[in-house]
Amino acid sequence: MQESAAFTPQFAASSITGILWLIPALPMVASGVIALLKQPRRKPAAALAIGSLSVSLLLSSIAFAHVVAGWAHGSVVREFVNFTWFRFGSSTVDLGWVLDPLAAIMLVMVSFVGLLIFIYSVGYMAHDENFTRFFCFMSLFAGAMLGVVISNSLLLLFMCWEIVGLTSYLLIGFWYQKPSAAAAAKKAFITTRVGDVFFLLGIVWLFSQTGTLLFYNHGVGSLEGLALVNLLSQHAGLGLSAAGAIGLLVFAGAVGKSGQFPLHVWLPDAMEGPTPVSALIHAATMVAAGVFLVARVYPLMSIGAAPHGTTAALTVVTWVGASTAVFAALIAVAQNDIKRILAYSTISQLGYMMAGLGLGGVAVGMFHLITHAFFKALLFLGAGSVIHGCHEEQDIRRMGGLRSDMPLTFLTYAIGMLALCGFPLLFSGFWSKDGILEAAKHWDISKGPFYLLVFGALLTAFYMTRQVCYVFFGHWRGYETAHESPKVMTLPLAILAFFAIALGVIGTPAWPWFHAFLENRTASFGWHGFAEPGLLQLMLMSSLVVFLGLGLGWRLYGDKSPKPEAPDALKRSAPWLWAPLRDRLYVDELYGITVIAFYAWWARVADWLDRRIWGGIVALVAWLFGLWAQLNRLLDIDWVDGGFDKTCEELSSGGGLLSRVEGGRVQNYLRILAAAVVALVAILLWSSRP
Amino acid sequence: MPLAGYLLVAALLFAIGLAGALTRRNAILVLIGIELMLNAANLNLIAFWRFGPHPEALTGMMFAIFSIAVAAAEAAVGLGLVIAIHRHTNTTDLDKMNRMKG
Repeated sequence: MQESAAFTPQFAASSITGILWLIPALPMVASGVIALLKQPRRKPAAALAIGSLSVSLLLSSIAFAHVVAGWAHGSVVREFVNFTWFRFGSSTVDLGWVLDPLAAIMLVMVSFVGLLIFIYSVGYMAHDENFTRFFCFMSLFAGAMLGVVISNSLLLLFMCWEIVGLTSYLLIGFWYQKPSAAAAAKKAFITTRVGDVFFLLGIVWLFSQTGTLLFYNHGVGSLEGLALVNLLSQHAGLGLSAAGAIGLLVFAGAVGKSGQFPLHVWLPDAMEGPTPVSALIHAATMVAAGVFLVARVYPLMSIGAAPHGTTAALTVVTWVGASTAVFAALIAVAQNDIKRILAYSTISQLGYMMAGLGLGGVAVGMFHLITHAFFKALLFLGAGSVIHGCHEEQDIRRMGGLRSDMPLTFLTYAIGMLALCGFPLLFSGFWSKDGILEAAKHWDISKGPFYLLVFGALLTAFYMTRQVCYVFFGHWRGYETAHESPKVMTLPLAILAFFAIALGVIGTPAWPWFHAFLENRTASFGWHGFAEPGLLQLMLMSSLVVFLGLGLGWRLYGDKSPKPEAPDALKRSAPWLWAPLRDRLYVDELYGITVIAFYAWWARVADWLDRRIWGGIVALVAWLFGLWAQLNRLLDIDWVDGGFDKTCEELSSGGGLLSRVEGGRVQNYLRILAAAVVALVAILLWSSRP
Repeated sequence: MPLAGYLLVAALLFAIGLAGALTRRNAILVLIGIELMLNAANLNLIAFWRFGPHPEALTGMMFAIFSIAVAAAEAAVGLGLVIAIHRHTNTTDLDKMNRMKG
């Protein structure tokens, strides 16, 4: 009974927290069952995946409602269940799950967006022969992602994090018969591994300093007062405390997963996977897991900051996020693959989230994460619908005029696009992006991130206009006529579009419900939220920037529908700018001539070492043994064998001689007998003579 | 007639038998040779008995009769063997009966 005692959670939490583990467990179990299904059993596979995720969504909603109810009563809802996984020496490794506002919001978002994308996938993957495998992986992903969200232990989070990475690898390489997909899967896996090594280092460091990996544990968790003060008092060099250094190591893991510069190179290539995968994993949830992780360990990074101040770790996060936001937006301007544009856009928006975390705290970053999850999932699913309708064509130069062919897709896509651009007032993206810009404006250290993010907003509006003009305006330039997608695909689009607009309501300055919820303040409605100095000017300015971007895009690309072979409008007006942007600012090439070249060189060195040095030693030893064997052989043949052979020869020749006596002829025997008798008689006679 | 005469005759008889047994190819003739040699021995037994110190006891005679009986049995066995071999190999030539060699 010792075992069960260790696993009996000692908590006075609600029953929903007690069964919180079911939320990730259900999709995982469903995934396991689907894995056992036969290939052609499509309906049960889809039903299992969608059914289990629906139950997860239901439980998530209950959990969310529970947290909201607790918050409304003015109490901090942070319920957790911890148990000991194993112990070594005097240390224990504890795992557990936690229900707090951050987890509750992510739970609802992940399971809701995931469910919509699952439903959409039924239509999108209808003709794929590996339908069941797809839902197996997707379900596993959903389970692991929900596991990341509810983990109360950095170790459990890391385990789920790695499963998420695995499913990402499996789904990017879903069409593994395409070499490009297989290569992209490997690239994604290896690149994120780079970040994860640092993440693991951070985990080990945290464990060695605090002796626990639990986030919250009645005051002795690693994110709670005692441990934080302890970590803050230690200096790790470079002006960082141990807390900041560990935070930055964990952030490195987030950089890999969330595709931040310089580990962003895998995300555009990851678009080789099926479009629902891109929507779920590489836009809405997994890549946002990095942002979520930083939000989760935020106390590590922010401890030691003065009021309204910042720490070195957060400064790093801010700069990485802001520069990624502009960097990726620049590249997105000159891409021609509909999904790649969205991929770079995702990287850019993840940069916004990171910057939001660094500048304004958890709520600012997380709000953009949630709104982005909806409108970017919408955009990806819309792109999937376009690709589906255009017979697997992904080049935007070979589309056009889809406005009339695919009205529903166009409408929802336009909503997603305007939300992404941050079109004023109506769309959720405007409010979440403005929150980040506002935080950047009030940042004391530097105004650099503010200008970067504003420029990024301009670029975002520009490249999205370019894409929409290419795809939906002008006239059709493809080969076959396009068609609208089935209802099972357009319905999720419509729902996501609704949320892309409606979510803005919960994060406006007038009613900052979302921020209050995450920061545990009371939310109150009041227009005075806009009265903050400079806020209205900022909103006006960012709106102008968006209109400028939209206008520029329309002016350059408008309703023109150029021939697919014709040079891009931007190329004609600024060729010096076009080439580096088209070539993704040469980051891949840079890696090619540095890291990859180094590895290739190192591989050649290792090969040479192997062949010449180790191979030489082995050959020498083999030669020596050969020599020794020759010696032994001579000894054997000449002495041992020789002696033996001689003996045998003598024996057999002697036997031959004797065998002649035994001739089988009776009369010979008789003759010998007679001769012997004669001889005996003769001897007798001879000897008896006196 | 002295003892030496009997012994000489017996020796002659033995020599003839031996020569026959050694030289003939036919198994039956070899058997006959052996019978001759046996009878030479019988003749010796009788002769030594007659010229021995106790001619009144019938020891020599008994020996000879035993010997003849044994010889008869021996001849019967030998002839039986020859017939059996003849059935197998269709020959009585001793030179061809060498399957017993090692």
